[in-house]
Amino acid sequence: MQLSVTGIIRRFGPVAALGGVDLDVAEGEFLTILGPSGSGKTTLLKAIAGFEIPDEGAVRLGGQDVTLAPPRSREVGMVFQNYALFPHMSVAQNIAFPLEMRRRPRAEVRERVAEALRLVELDSFGDRLPRQLSGGQQQRVALARAIVFNPRLLLLDEPFGALDRKLRESLQLEVRRLQRRLKLTTLFITHDQEEALIMSDRIAVMDKGRIQQIGLPGELYARPASRFVADFLGESNLLEGRARNGVAELAGFGAVPLPPAQPDGKVTLLLRPEALRIGASTAALPCRAEAVVLDTVFLGQSAKLRLQLDGGTEMLARLPLRPSDPPPPPEGSRVALGFAPEDLHVVPQG
Amino acid sequence: MPRHRNRGGSILLGIFAALVFFFLLLPLLVVFPISLSSAAYLQFPPPGFSWQWYQRYLDDPGWIEATIRSLQVAALCTVLAMGLGVPLAFFLNRSRLPGIRVLDRLTAAPIIVPTIILSIALYGVFARLQLIGEWYGVAIAHTILALPFVVILVGAGLRSFDAAQEQAAAGLGAAWPWIIWRVTLPQLRPSLVSAAFLSFVSSFDELVLAMFLSGASMTLPKKMFDNILMEIDPTIAAVSVLQILLVAVALGLTSLFGRGALTTTITR
Repeated sequence: MQLSVTGIIRRFGPVAALGGVDLDVAEGEFLTILGPSGSGKTTLLKAIAGFEIPDEGAVRLGGQDVTLAPPRSREVGMVFQNYALFPHMSVAQNIAFPLEMRRRPRAEVRERVAEALRLVELDSFGDRLPRQLSGGQQQRVALARAIVFNPRLLLLDEPFGALDRKLRESLQLEVRRLQRRLKLTTLFITHDQEEALIMSDRIAVMDKGRIQQIGLPGELYARPASRFVADFLGESNLLEGRARNGVAELAGFGAVPLPPAQPDGKVTLLLRPEALRIGASTAALPCRAEAVVLDTVFLGQSAKLRLQLDGGTEMLARLPLRPSDPPPPPEGSRVALGFAPEDLHVVPQG
Repeated sequence: MPRHRNRGGSILLGIFAALVFFFLLLPLLVVFPISLSSAAYLQFPPPGFSWQWYQRYLDDPGWIEATIRSLQVAALCTVLAMGLGVPLAFFLNRSRLPGIRVLDRLTAAPIIVPTIILSIALYGVFARLQLIGEWYGVAIAHTILALPFVVILVGAGLRSFDAAQEQAAAGLGAAWPWIIWRVTLPQLRPSLVSAAFLSFVSSFDELVLAMFLSGASMTLPKKMFDNILMEIDPTIAAVSVLQILLVAVALGLTSLFGRGALTTTITR
């Protein structure tokens, strides 16, 4: 069901944990709140779940104002960071809990619990206790418990944080498939930008109690609206320069053409590491410079290079590597750099 | 050959533990044989075997009456201490009031104040309320002594309880009485069972308050005390053994129903 948050403010003493948040999540959408710890994302989640009453603003679910409604009447399913499974109840009893609270008939409860277990592929685990399950299985039980009562909204609070990488990746895709299949409106909280890019329909980047930018993952990555977003989402080279007559003077690269209608003055330009090219292929590029390789990190499908331009500026480059490619340039070697000006993004000031 | 690290140390520790156990069980090793003595006075080791002192206990309505009264007092004390102490422990654990830490410490006051002082003070109050000589008066007084056990044990249980579970339960549609009943209390069970057990035993065993407040309606410890003052015969040993057996049964029930009670609640 559609979620709409308007003008939410929450103060803790003199500190505003939420400084006026507006957010709309469409029906069936998977929206991620991405932000560092202390950005206010957990407070926002609590306000939506009903564990926190905002000082100002409103939370609406499917058009109904639930700002002051207690959590139990919101019909919102939530998966907690540590899962918060009830350790004294079996897996099946955990999943049955929300149905029993709704006084569903016993036969229906049994049927829906079995169905939920099937959905998360834990069919034969109903009689186990949570502590007899692995972390990933516990996480799936928490998910089953959160969706078994057909909630109007699903909230996920950093649910993959405690899992190892491989398991995390497979669960991310599993949750995403499940969410699409059930067309569940979902709000996902994370500080992991990679996770946000993998899972989301849209991402809202949060910092200092406000949403800094909201948009499609590709949009945020290619055209961040602020230095913070550029820095937080992915790796970045942020180049400072002065614009005059549609051209910026960049240390090492010389004059670089800017997009049309760029006013004169100070500019910050974003160049993603994968847009920076190295070696012979740079000859044809309009923007070129020379640099020394400070270090090279081999990552399998690519290599990450830290480079220093002659002027002293440091830059990151990411080279895609095929098995037949020569090894990346070693530490201390001199290389030619270059990029195409259309790969530059002007980061708005402020 | 299996390898052992620090083998000598573990043997020493084992010997030490055996000595401490011997020290702990010594009273039992004396009382139990004496209760089965054929002699008419307290003598150790007993000269011969007989059930006579148990027979005398069972035949004396005074002893039986005192036993039943003590069971009543201990039961009421347990109910009162749990009924008052559990909600108090929740309050002390959950309240954000300034100074709540101090209040938390204050709950140990009845343990710190000498029982004799407490007894004198309560005597004055109970005399005015005409509670002297009433079995429930003793139970109320014992409740004061038992409350710190309940608050401390349940408080420790609550501290190790993950409050996110209550949020989770609320989010899943549970109203707060259901949350407490279905989610919180079941997980506090070891603490609750330990607290109930200690309340019961502390009352069943208590002498000083009972001496001041029980009047003519004697509890078992008071009756035992009077018995020693007047005539020293092995009946007292037989009563002690029965009392020990009863506490042992309670302890057995505690470990049966409170998985990990008494051992894990404080150390967790």
